[in-house]
Amino acid sequence: MTGTFVGMPAFPAAARDALDNAQLRANLDHATSTIRAKRAAVVGELEQWEALRIAGAAIKDDVLLRLDDHLLTLESALQDAGAVVHWARDAAEACRIVAEVARAHEADEVVKVKSMVTQEIGLNEALAAEGIAAWETDLAELIVQLGDDLPSHILVPAIHRNRSEVREIFLREMPDAPPGLTDDPARLAEAARMHLREKFLRAKVAVSGANFAVAETGTLVVVESEGNGRMCLTLPDVLVSVVGIEKVVPSWRDLEVFLQLLPRSSTGERMNPYTSTWSGVTAGDGPQEVHVVLLDNGRTRALADEIGRQALRCIRCSACLNACPVYERVGGHAYGSVYPGPIGAILNPLLRGVGSSDQVDSLPYASTLCGACYEVCPVLIDIPSVLVNLRAQVVDAHRSGLPKAEAVAMKTARATLSSSWRLALAERFTRIGLGAARRFGASAWTRSRDLPEAPQESFRKWWRRTGGRP
Amino acid sequence: MDDFDVRGLVQPMRVALQVTCINDALYPDTGRNVVRLLRRLGVDVEFPAAQTCCGQPMVNTGYINEAVPVLRTFVDAFAGYDAVVTPSGSCAGSVRHQHAIVSARAGDPLLAERSADLAPRVFELSEFIVDVLGVIDVGAWFPHTVAYHPTCHSLRMLGVGDRPTKLLEAVEGLTLLPLSEAEECCGFGGTFAVKNAGTSVAIGEDKVRNVLATGADVLVAGDRSCLTHIGGLLDRQRSGVRVMHLADVLAQTRPPGGGRR
Ligand code: SF4
Repeated sequence: MTGTFVGMPAFPAAARDALDNAQLRANLDHATSTIRAKRAAVVGELEQWEALRIAGAAIKDDVLLRLDDHLLTLESALQDAGAVVHWARDAAEACRIVAEVARAHEADEVVKVKSMVTQEIGLNEALAAEGIAAWETDLAELIVQLGDDLPSHILVPAIHRNRSEVREIFLREMPDAPPGLTDDPARLAEAARMHLREKFLRAKVAVSGANFAVAETGTLVVVESEGNGRMCLTLPDVLVSVVGIEKVVPSWRDLEVFLQLLPRSSTGERMNPYTSTWSGVTAGDGPQEVHVVLLDNGRTRALADEIGRQALRCIRCSACLNACPVYERVGGHAYGSVYPGPIGAILNPLLRGVGSSDQVDSLPYASTLCGACYEVCPVLIDIPSVLVNLRAQVVDAHRSGLPKAEAVAMKTARATLSSSWRLALAERFTRIGLGAARRFGASAWTRSRDLPEAPQESFRKWWRRTGGRP
Repeated sequence: MDDFDVRGLVQPMRVALQVTCINDALYPDTGRNVVRLLRRLGVDVEFPAAQTCCGQPMVNTGYINEAVPVLRTFVDAFAGYDAVVTPSGSCAGSVRHQHAIVSARAGDPLLAERSADLAPRVFELSEFIVDVLGVIDVGAWFPHTVAYHPTCHSLRMLGVGDRPTKLLEAVEGLTLLPLSEAEECCGFGGTFAVKNAGTSVAIGEDKVRNVLATGADVLVAGDRSCLTHIGGLLDRQRSGVRVMHLADVLAQTRPPGGGRR
C-alpha cells in the first residue's frame, strides 16, 4: 500500500465523493449482498450460534478485565518457546522495531501476511523510508498495493474493484503478467501466484500480524484463505509478528470458540481454509528467529472508556461492514482509516481520542443507528450504544469555544421540550417554519425530499379543544 | 398486568398516550387515529398534557446533558399511569434503552429509579394491542394493497417481531405485499438525514425502489420519522404511493352502510 489515509476529509465530504462513483456503488452492492447471504446461511445452520456469541463476548471481556496478567503470561510463554518479545507503545516504536530486525539481517525487502495492524501503524511506508520494500502477498492486498490504492474493507481490501479493473492493474503494474491475461478469476489468481512465488522463495524476512495470541502456550494464530500467509510464515528465516495487545486469549479452549465464530461471520464459511499456529522457534522447521511486537497504539486509551472498551473484543470479521447500509453506499475509503464501517466509526475515535481531529469526530455520526451491525457482530459489540456515547464525547469536547448552530438548537430544544406550554407555544410556529424551510433553508433535506404539509392544529391543541372526543 | 382485563373491568387500567413530538406537531391525525383505535378497543386512553418528547433527538445527537430535563418532564408526565402507549418504535426503544443512560448521566438516583420503574410500562402501539390487549383483529377495514416497512428501531431495538404484520393481515380488505430487503434501514437516522444527507438519500432511494417494485398503493410503518423521509422521497418522485402510519390504517372502519364483517 503506497497510498495514505493521512489528511482525509471528514466523513460527509469523503462520502459525497464516493456516492458520485456509480461503478464503486455497483461493486459494493454486489459484493456486500453476496457475503451477507453466505453469512446468513451458515450462521443459520448453527443452533447454538447465540450461545457462541455470548461465550465469545464473555471470554474477551474477561481478558480485558485482567489484560495485564494475560499479557505477562503470554510474554513468558513466548520467551520460553524461543521468541523475542518487544513492547511498543505506539506506531512509531513498532515500525522502528520491525525495521531494526530487517536491517540486522541486511534485508532490503520483506514479504507480508495480510494484517490489519501493520496497516494501522503504516508499516509499509515506514519501511520504505528505510529503503526496505514490503511486498503484500494476500491477493486483494496485492491488488491494492499494485494499484497504488487504499484498502476499503477489512477482509476484502479490494472490494471496490471488479475483475476487469483488477486485470487492468495487473497488466499495467506487474512486469511478469502474461500478455494475453483475461479477467477470468482463475487466470488472474494464476498470474498473481506466479508473481508472488518468486518473492516467497527469495525473501529472508516475513512480517505478519496475528488473529489471536494464546497466552498459555505462547502461540500465535493466523487465519487466512489463500495459503499465501502460510508461505510467509514458513519459508523465510526470520518472522516478525506485530500483535495488538487485545488479541490475547487465555487458552486453546477459548480459541475454539473464536475459530467457530470467525469464519462464519467473515467469509461465510463453516471452517477456515488455512489456520496457521506457531509457538516461538522449532529447530529445523520454519523460521529460526521469531520476534513478537506487542502493540498498544491507543488500545489502553480505548480500554479506559467504560462503554467503548467492548470494541476491543472485535475479531475483525467485517460482518458489520457487510451489514451496514452506510458502508454499502459509500465504501471504506470515506472512513479515512484502515478500519472502516461501523467498527471503524467507533474504533478510530477510541484509539485516537475524541477531539483529535474533525475527521475522527465525524465518524460517530456516520451511522443511522439502525443496529444491523450489532445484530451480526459475533462478539456482541453494541456498536449503536458506543456510537451514541462517542457522540456525547464529541459534543462535550466542543462545549467550550464558540457554540455551533447545532448546539444552540439543542439548547433551545432542551428549554422547549422540558415544558409542555413552551412546546405548545413553539408549535404555533410549525407552519411558518416548514413554509420557510420549503422556500429558503433546509436544503440538505429538500434537495431530494419533499417536506410534509404543516397541519392546521397540533394534536395537543385538538385534545384541549375536544378532550379527545370528536 | 395480567390481572387486568381492560374490558372486564376488575379495576380499570389507566392508559396514557405518548403521542410523540413529531406526531404532535406534524401528524396530529396519527395521534387522533391512535385515540380512535384504542377507544374502539375499549381503552379510555388519556393524554397527559404535560408531556413533550422522549429526548431521543438530543441523545442521538450527543446532547445527553440537554436530555436530562426532558427525561424529567417525561417521567413526571407518565409516572402515574399503568401503561403508556406510543405510536413509535423509536420512541419506545429510546425509553427502554436510553433513559437509563440519560439518568445515569444526570447523577440523580431518584430520577434513575423512577425512569427504570416506568420504562417497562411503555409500549409501542402494536405491542400494546397484541400483548396487553391480546387482540389481533382490531375490526379495521382498508381495501388497499399495502407494503410494510418494519423500521430499524421497532425491529432491532425493540423487537416487535411480526406483531404489526399480524395486525395488518387481519384487516379486512387489505392485501399485504412482500417488500424485498424489508429489514434494511431506510436511511433516515435522525440528524444523519441532514448531516449526511447524500448518503441518507442514497439509502432511501434503494428503499423507494423496493417499495415501488411491490406495486402497493400504500407504504405502512410504525414510525412517522422514517415515513417522513421515505414519503419525502416518494413525493419528490411523484410516485403516487402514499405513506401511512400503522395507526392510520388500523383506525379505518367500513363506512356506515358499507356493512360490517
Ligand atoms: S465489530 Fe463485530 S462484526 Fe464488526 S468486525 Fe469486529 S467482530 Fe466483526
